[in-house]
Amino acid sequence: MRTVQVPVAVREIVRPLVRMTIFVVGAGAVFSAVMILLAALFRGSGADKLLLENQGVGILSYTISILPQVLIDGVTLGFVYAAIALGYTMVYGVLEFINFAHSEIFAIGAFAGVEFLIFMDKLGILAKASIFTSYILLLMSVLAGMMASGTAAVIVERTAYRPLRSAPRLVPLISAIGVSFILQDLIRLVESLTTGQFHRIFPTFGNFDDRVPLFTFKVGQEPIDVDIQVKSIVVIGAAVAMLVGLNYIVNATRIGKAIRAVAQDRNTAGLMGVYVNGVISFTFLLGGALGGAAGVLYALKFTRIDPFIGFFPGLKAFTAAVLGGIGNLTGALLGGIVLGMLESFAGAYLTTFTMGAMGAEYKDILAFAILILVLIFRPSGLLGEQVSQKA
Amino acid sequence: MKASLRESLDGLAKRLNTGRYPYIVSGSLLFLGTLFVYLSPRSIPAFLVFVAAVSMVYFLKMHKIVKLSLAVFIAIILVPILGARNIFYLEVIFQIAVFSALALGLNIVVGFSGILNLGYVAFYAVGAYLWGFFGSQQAFLLHEIPGTAPQGTPFLLAPDWFYLFIFLGIIVAAIMGLLLGLPVLRVRGDYLAIVTLGFGEVVRQLANNLDKPLNLTNGPQGITPIQRPSLPKEVVDVFNAIVGPLVGNKVNINQFYNILFYLIALVVVIAAIVITYRLDDSRIGRAWTAIREDELAATAMGIPANKMKLAAFAVGASFAGAMGVLFAASRTFVSPDSFNFMQSIGVLTMVILGGIGSIPGVIIGAAVVIILNLQVLQSFSLFLSQLRQSEAVIPLINFHWKDLSTQLDPAKYQRLLFGIILVLMMIYRPAGLIPAARRTRELKGSEAESCNYIPEKGSEIPPGTANDSPKVPGEAPKGSGEAPKDEAAPDKEKNNG
Repeated sequence: MRTVQVPVAVREIVRPLVRMTIFVVGAGAVFSAVMILLAALFRGSGADKLLLENQGVGILSYTISILPQVLIDGVTLGFVYAAIALGYTMVYGVLEFINFAHSEIFAIGAFAGVEFLIFMDKLGILAKASIFTSYILLLMSVLAGMMASGTAAVIVERTAYRPLRSAPRLVPLISAIGVSFILQDLIRLVESLTTGQFHRIFPTFGNFDDRVPLFTFKVGQEPIDVDIQVKSIVVIGAAVAMLVGLNYIVNATRIGKAIRAVAQDRNTAGLMGVYVNGVISFTFLLGGALGGAAGVLYALKFTRIDPFIGFFPGLKAFTAAVLGGIGNLTGALLGGIVLGMLESFAGAYLTTFTMGAMGAEYKDILAFAILILVLIFRPSGLLGEQVSQKA
Repeated sequence: MKASLRESLDGLAKRLNTGRYPYIVSGSLLFLGTLFVYLSPRSIPAFLVFVAAVSMVYFLKMHKIVKLSLAVFIAIILVPILGARNIFYLEVIFQIAVFSALALGLNIVVGFSGILNLGYVAFYAVGAYLWGFFGSQQAFLLHEIPGTAPQGTPFLLAPDWFYLFIFLGIIVAAIMGLLLGLPVLRVRGDYLAIVTLGFGEVVRQLANNLDKPLNLTNGPQGITPIQRPSLPKEVVDVFNAIVGPLVGNKVNINQFYNILFYLIALVVVIAAIVITYRLDDSRIGRAWTAIREDELAATAMGIPANKMKLAAFAVGASFAGAMGVLFAASRTFVSPDSFNFMQSIGVLTMVILGGIGSIPGVIIGAAVVIILNLQVLQSFSLFLSQLRQSEAVIPLINFHWKDLSTQLDPAKYQRLLFGIILVLMMIYRPAGLIPAARRTRELKGSEAESCNYIPEKGSEIPPGTANDSPKVPGEAPKGSGEAPKDEAAPDKEKNNG
């Protein structure tokens, strides 16, 4: 077969971008179509009548009118999940174990970034920052988060996982759960000793809270404005940049080749002269740094953080990794986007469609339900190859 | 040098454990502990001496009948009397009993059949909400908004239905265990652990959210009041008449409930211990061990692996169900917060600390974790708050204790405690404080000349041969463990060229 020769570097930058676009558009289209179909089916039902009574719109036009906003939220959330999920999936690819403490690595990143910004705020820099400097400051806080998380991940690997590498599978998992608990309370300890409290608020600065109008469309006579928060754009942009960067490192560099070699066969890679311990440490560094950056982005999007914020995003990101096929970078991306959309759709529509019987609270349960269903019926995930069951 | 010290210590321990020495040791310790607790009911060291004395009764070699009668004496007479002097101890002991039963149940799942269950507390919640619903007014509040109970709502059942509900709790939780087990059997190892975690969270979230459309659980506020079994006033009077002069104070009816619940918990725990012991060496118990060590081989030998795993889930869950009913009644209150992930890990910590698969181990583990949690951490908190009020200063760095953040409350740092225990145990002593008897037997058989009663870390998991090691907890079956390496990076592989 004839193939076009493209330089590896270019190919590895373009390919993930194309994939992301396909995933976002595809998942968005599928979810929208299913939702509109559902709404059409629900016409004339009790939910429809209730909505007409309260707001004067039918269920179909209601669904369509909030659809673009739901999609935007879903994509934003999806990219955050994808960035965290990559940390799980990389470690799983290399070591075949679930790094349960990754959710706390994520929380460490969030705290490092937010503390950096609060420090800057105290110095008075944030208040008088121009738009440009505010972006520089945000970038610096993301870098602070990446550094803190990357370091933490490497230390955790060195102290709690490496001594157990040849132990049976459940032993490092239990150790990882322990580490996760230790880190949660360590964050709390440090925060409460230094600041007297452990809830932190992302300081307001720059133009991140502004809304950029996108377009207007009409449902019936009603014109609907669709806009997007600047912070959502920042989150999506940063996540895309990181995902492309990671893909480049793994697929187009020497160290990336070493990572892939260790993932395929650790012993043989060692025999071929790959420095296995170094590669594993580097994997944790990469995954941790991504998680840390995701933590800062999460803090930017949701503003309030506490030492336990890692738990649910972590579990959902793990679900995303499993959904996409754990050990598979592209899969984690797809899983993250699908899960983000699903959660956003559930949060937006569940209350209306069940007439208030099931609120948006059930979106957490939904993520677990997905996890359980995927693990039972297709443990290799959407993009994983069908193999005999591992573990 | 080190070896000789160890030998002399071993020798001393052996000497203390032969002839009539054990009787003297445990008798005097018990006497001292009782005396201490009696004289200073608020002192923690005194309580620790007492607990040590009680565990000595178990560990020292004595005649079976002496041991048994001592145990009965302690459990039925000594503890209630001392507890009447300081009711907080009864609370601690009650918690130890509750969590011992939970740990025993989890031990069946994790220790015997090698399935890591991270959502175990869900079954506990099922039991608690079962009595929480039927033992309260909730059944008449189905259409009310949470927190708005009209005056004079009747209770659904009479309080003494409680005793029946302990058995119902067992059955319902066992059915829940089967229901969870059915789909979960398709996944294995660490995936299974995550699925059970998800299940635990789902149950908690359901408890949190099922206040609409029908108000079944009263949402995050939890259900209260829940009835306790009835207690005639005469019983308290009789107790006060007999024990009162001995203790020096009278117990009121609420304090007597602590004694009652302690006794019920004791009965449940003893039942759990007996059941677990009987199961451990039964056909079923051996089948579980076989599955834990190598599922493929076990299936090849004709063990119905799926049935056995389901049985493990159901039996493990049933203990938690019974204790859940007891818990709901003793607190007269249930809320979703009591059943979070941390509780599941807390029970897991007890099992890991004591020794996976070891029955005395998990009970000791439960006792140690509860005492650390309720006594040591809390007294440390108290100590810190006293320091905070004092004028004391740390000399070298000139730190004033009163500047210490009030958020620093060690009693709330249970996660740190659990986490440190888990990591340290996994790295240095994966078999636990008291390794399971069967494991020790195996080790003795293979290394007949070795006189180490407790295996070293090195012999526990020989590096590189971990897959063949029969001694290690929760070992995933070898055959299926081979597959993952090729699957790890199917996508990356293609890009390699």
